[in-house]
Amino acid sequence: MIEVKHLNKEFDGDKVLNDINARFEKGLVNMIIGKSGSGKTVLLKCIVGLLTPTSGDILYDGRNFLSLKTRELRRLRRDIGMLFQGSALFDSRTVLENVMFPLDMFSRKNNRERRKRAEFCLERVGLSEAADLYPSEISGGMMKRAAIARAISLNPKYLFCDEPNSGLDPKTAQLIDELIEDLTKDFMMTTIVVSHDMNSVINIGDRVVFINEGVKEWEGTKSDIMGADNEKLNDFVFASDLFKKIKEAEEIISEDNKKG
Amino acid sequence: MSFIGSIENVGVYALLMRRVLSVPDRMREFMKEFIKGVYLLGVNSIWIVVIISFFIGAVIVMQIALNVDSPMLPRFTVGVVSREIILLEFSSTIMCLILSGKVGSNIASEIGTMRITGQVDVLDIMGVNSANYLILPKVAAFVAFMPVLVIFSMFMGLFGGYIICLVLGTPSVETYIYGIQAFFRESFIWYSIFKSMLFGFIIASVAGYFGYTVKGGALDVGKASTDSVVINSILILVTDLVFTQLVMG
Repeated sequence: MIEVKHLNKEFDGDKVLNDINARFEKGLVNMIIGKSGSGKTVLLKCIVGLLTPTSGDILYDGRNFLSLKTRELRRLRRDIGMLFQGSALFDSRTVLENVMFPLDMFSRKNNRERRKRAEFCLERVGLSEAADLYPSEISGGMMKRAAIARAISLNPKYLFCDEPNSGLDPKTAQLIDELIEDLTKDFMMTTIVVSHDMNSVINIGDRVVFINEGVKEWEGTKSDIMGADNEKLNDFVFASDLFKKIKEAEEIISEDNKKG
Repeated sequence: MSFIGSIENVGVYALLMRRVLSVPDRMREFMKEFIKGVYLLGVNSIWIVVIISFFIGAVIVMQIALNVDSPMLPRFTVGVVSREIILLEFSSTIMCLILSGKVGSNIASEIGTMRITGQVDVLDIMGVNSANYLILPKVAAFVAFMPVLVIFSMFMGLFGGYIICLVLGTPSVETYIYGIQAFFRESFIWYSIFKSMLFGFIIASVAGYFGYTVKGGALDVGKASTDSVVINSILILVTDLVFTQLVMG
């Protein structure tokens, strides 16, 4: 479980995150949603340590990430897997070598075992056939899957995904969502997904945190979203035609039930 | 670039070097990257060193033969002066100025592209010392291979002069060979090799710094690459001046 307490982040005096408090549960897909520029990626970068918060605490299973010593921090980092928006695969390495990289750096296993583990991870994401290809030779969806395979190669406890569906067609996006959900449940990871794609929220979001202009406006389960009385959340969620129609359909059903 | 900005850059460079010059996380991975660096930065630079050294060596001999034409000076002076120019300055300083363009921009753009595409962040999140992993093997490989490039450059420069003497006949080949052997001091070769290794460190580390600290997009990578070449050129010239005074003065 990851907890964020009274987190603030400023850039040159501009407050980007304002007193954020949130809990991200183990074994669940925790989603951070919000408009572009709302501060959700900054929040994720603070949680993984790519940005240092101005103030506040980040607890990984009770351990304060911001006050860990270098050695403890490096040990904790081996429990973290991250999927970037642009996949961020190493261009000069094949897909298999990309997946093997964390193992090469940190695993004590021999080369054969490391390779076996990497092949297992690739098989798990359905990418065995692309093992010897370079990132420039595969599609965007395959790159995301390769990045997921790399992220899980060290069997992490925490998985972070920044806009995993950006730039993908709906079918591939759904595949990636399902993969993230399956891996979260299979490996009992604490998964945090940053997204503004409401289809993803409905598909895989177990818990949802809504950020607006650097402030946490709402937190709950995906089933609570439809009935939420937060105006800013409703503005964001029902900007999508699909969700407007779902909402209308739910209202019609509810009226019918009352009549019937 | 303001004065305060320059001071700040020196500080950031020093802090980065502290991270770069530490023990690698995995020696096996370091060696892989080191060997890759030797090939990409060193072996791939041999052809440019060979071509430039041959022609510049030929031109140096030709110019000296044409301009140092006095009955007071023996003809073998052409060989002596050409040798000193090639050994002391050309094969180390001028060659490093040229290599800062090829190798420096290569390092800055490679690391810069990794930075803007999030590959450096991936290393940081994994707990890898990204500065050490990306910059140290390149610095070590380039510094280690530098003596080979310098020796190639010296040999090809002198060989270029030999060919000119063979073709033009003035001075004669025998006089030229006598000249390049006369009053020879072996220490000049060591001086040149040591100086070029120092320049090699400057080129690779400064280029690594510019690439590693890129912010923005593709345009910024291009700017970082250009800046690294400009700053490297200035640093090489200033270091050459100081080093020459310290060692030879």
